[in-house]
Amino acid sequence: MPEKLSPKQNFLKGIVKENPVFVMLLGMCPTLGVTTSAFNGLGMGLATLFVLLMSNIVVSLIKSQVPAKVRIPAFIVIIAAFVTVAEMVLEAYIPFLYEQLGIFIPLIVVNCLILGRAEAFASKNNLAVSIVDALGMGAGFVIALTALGATRELLGNGSLFEFRLVPEDASTLILFILPPGAFIALAYLAILFNKLTRKLT
Amino acid sequence: MEYLIILISAVFVNNIVLSQFLGICPFLGVSGKVSTSVGMSGAVLFVMTIATTVTYLLHQYLLLPMGLDYLRTITFILVIAALVQMVEIVMKKVSPPLYQALGVFLPLITTNCAVLGVAILALGLEDGSLVKAVFFAISSSAGFALALVVFASIREYLELAEIPEGMKGVPINLLVAGLLSLAFLGFAGLV
Repeated sequence: MPEKLSPKQNFLKGIVKENPVFVMLLGMCPTLGVTTSAFNGLGMGLATLFVLLMSNIVVSLIKSQVPAKVRIPAFIVIIAAFVTVAEMVLEAYIPFLYEQLGIFIPLIVVNCLILGRAEAFASKNNLAVSIVDALGMGAGFVIALTALGATRELLGNGSLFEFRLVPEDASTLILFILPPGAFIALAYLAILFNKLTRKLT
Repeated sequence: MEYLIILISAVFVNNIVLSQFLGICPFLGVSGKVSTSVGMSGAVLFVMTIATTVTYLLHQYLLLPMGLDYLRTITFILVIAALVQMVEIVMKKVSPPLYQALGVFLPLITTNCAVLGVAILALGLEDGSLVKAVFFAISSSAGFALALVVFASIREYLELAEIPEGMKGVPINLLVAGLLSLAFLGFAGLV
């Protein structure tokens, strides 16, 4: 990071300029895999935010103790530990979400977003900046997943956060709940996002 | 018969990329050319098969008997990371031509969620055995290869197409992937 960012800019970059999903294309597997509803997207986003925040904190605290050669395995173990914590907490307290997210919970480990931030940011910056970075990036991820989940749920199921907006027997675009809909919805959201950010800047 | 069903299911019906969303990063990342996508598929086949064998045995004979099932994620990812490094070193020594073809893709595979995903999915197979798990891994990587190579061939054609400004780059690739996934949806109900 050559230029100094103010905390606000640091936080906002994760949401707009370097949005992990729409701009950087990081963590695509959970993005496409679990966003069949807005609630699932939000849940996955928050779980990832938690792991990202904790791993950024720990990585930035121990960065001077870890030899450069083994830093990647060391980071992965830290991330995996917090993923296991998230997995157990979800299983115990929100079993419904745990069932829905399924295999994508352990797969948070290989979400390139988390390892990417640990390697590119937290291992080079101090604690406070790393926390802000994790919060910004995590918020960008949560927003993207919730937006994608909401779009797919709205088009495919006619509801939003489980609240039905159309009659029970109305025909909806079921395609958007199915796998192809994930790709297509994300493609159009990415176009929309690019257009909006271009207008803003 | 049972094995045929696993094969068809993993390659067509539940394709790991297009319907399970595993391994999307390499799917979008290294699919610019058919030749690189073939190399990546070969590396994934190699690592996925070995990784599933090792993790299955570890889970069955070490983690389960000692009641350490909750360490599954940590163990598996460490095993995979170490394995990728080892495969790289061994391959360099034993078969330089193979290393030349697949070498550059190997480090990328550690963070390929398809490898960890298949290793975990293989544990949940119905009356699973080691042979079945390994066969599942091979079938899954065949499905990965099919999706990747087909996608790369389409992208080579796309280079010549005229694409609206706003859709260039990521969105058009995602749309193509969506249509491909729609085609694979046609296999649903086959098994």
